[in-house]
Amino acid sequence: MEPILEVKELTKDFGGLRALDRIDLKVHRGQIVALIGPNGAGKTTFFNCITGIYQPTKGEMLISPGGKEKKSLNGLKPNHVTKSGLARTFQNIRLFQNMTVLENVMIGRHCRMHAGIPGAVFRNPATMREEKQVVEDSYRLLEKIGLEQYVNEYAKNLPYGAQRRLEIARAMATEPFMLLLDEPAAGMNVKETKELDDLIVQICHQEKISILLIEHDMKLVMSLSDLIYVVDYGKKIAEGTPEEIKNNPDVIKAYLGEEVDA
Amino acid sequence: MEYFIELFLGGLTRGSIYALIALGYTMVYGIIQLINFAHGEIYMIGAFTALIVAGILSMLGWNPVAILIIASVIAVVYSASYGWTIEKLAYKPLRQAPRLSALISAIGMSMFLQYYVLLAQTSNFLPFPSLIPDFKFMEPIEHIVRSSEIVIYITTAIVMVFLTFLIKFTRIGKAMRATAQDRDMAMLVGIDVNKVISFTFIIGSATAAIGGVLVASHTGQINYYIGFIAGIKAFVAAVLGGIGSMPGAVLGSLVLGMSESFFTGYISSDYEDVFAFLFLVFTLIFRPSGILGRSDTDKV
Repeated sequence: MEPILEVKELTKDFGGLRALDRIDLKVHRGQIVALIGPNGAGKTTFFNCITGIYQPTKGEMLISPGGKEKKSLNGLKPNHVTKSGLARTFQNIRLFQNMTVLENVMIGRHCRMHAGIPGAVFRNPATMREEKQVVEDSYRLLEKIGLEQYVNEYAKNLPYGAQRRLEIARAMATEPFMLLLDEPAAGMNVKETKELDDLIVQICHQEKISILLIEHDMKLVMSLSDLIYVVDYGKKIAEGTPEEIKNNPDVIKAYLGEEVDA
Repeated sequence: MEYFIELFLGGLTRGSIYALIALGYTMVYGIIQLINFAHGEIYMIGAFTALIVAGILSMLGWNPVAILIIASVIAVVYSASYGWTIEKLAYKPLRQAPRLSALISAIGMSMFLQYYVLLAQTSNFLPFPSLIPDFKFMEPIEHIVRSSEIVIYITTAIVMVFLTFLIKFTRIGKAMRATAQDRDMAMLVGIDVNKVISFTFIIGSATAAIGGVLVASHTGQINYYIGFIAGIKAFVAAVLGGIGSMPGAVLGSLVLGMSESFFTGYISSDYEDVFAFLFLVFTLIFRPSGILGRSDTDKV
């Protein structure tokens, strides 16, 4: 079967610094794939390239949501990447703080709506129907994510764990075929991490959305992932199942340093 | 007492006009953090367009109310297209540049438009027909408040309600707020940020053009320079209210208009502009974020 995301030899230079060096990566339908590596390895840069925030220096990024036709992401702007079905969250929370929870999710639906500016100004029946539909869909989505009690709260007033979940909800509102989560468990306590674990599995299995995630919480990564890629200094040093990665000498070296004979 | 009421209503008129211009300043600032100094010129172009259209139509012998409506509509459309073009030409290429570059570009644009109108039209004051009719029911109080002033209050109120509704409840309004809060994130949830910015300029310019038409037919004369002083005053009002905040712009405009009116009425009319700019200086010293502005704490 064709992978839904295929990245070939992705390279990104910042001046003389090679932040990403010929990275290959594939995600298949229904998979949860993790991207791990020490701090500064280039994981977030990789996300930024895929989502159109950076343009890669070299390499190809292809998606095929239906498993047939391939579409290149090279040169697309972030809003067009989102439209083609990739949504992401950020390492540090980037909600629209001064909007309500519901509005944050509705904003995500924005790109799937048809009404233009005239419709928004003159409120014709078709727009009103669409608007109502969006409110209902957004509410249902919040129920699924478990945030329905916060609907009319401002995003900035939510507890930390809930803000993280809201980021995921907003990303899901764009109806992606794939979610890119950048350290979703960062700063969460054990209980919140457990809930997040369940949520990610639920999104993957029930909503049929594939997931690519960056995470430092190894327990979470090992329990969730179907496949793990390890990067260090911009290079891919390993890929495999959690079992394989655990015992890979290169990975251990990257994380713990080399053993020196005394 | 009657004198007081007269000054109060005069202040309300000034305030309403400032508000119509200040709203555009504040909306654009909210979205791209740029003081659009060419905004006053849009207001002036609105007035000139209306004058030209009104001139042609009155030669054809139309009735004043029809002329007023058609001239306003054409002025609004024409000014909005100016606003859109200015953004595309002078600001969009500088979006990634330091903020100062865009600001200088804005000042350049302002001068360009002033002198363009100076050359294309004239440097003299032109008489503007009083398009707003004198209402019958206004006659008893005509010596205190003129019909045109009533029209200005009502129009400003309608525009304010419309904008509030637009920003609060519509899809494009949500997109505008999202863009104002975090432009990159707005793109990542699929908003076409360029479209949102263009739309903001169009709405802001249309509002300024309405102000231009109303003022011109209220005061009865225009020249190429009216945009400059009105623009600066509206800017003061926007800063006073807290730039970036729409209710702030309206409140600041009313405060400035009222205090100008009372100052000129009770103290001296020679120092009217000095007073407005003293207001700016004191606002910046004692409350730089304005009446309703939030003081930004920098993100760590």
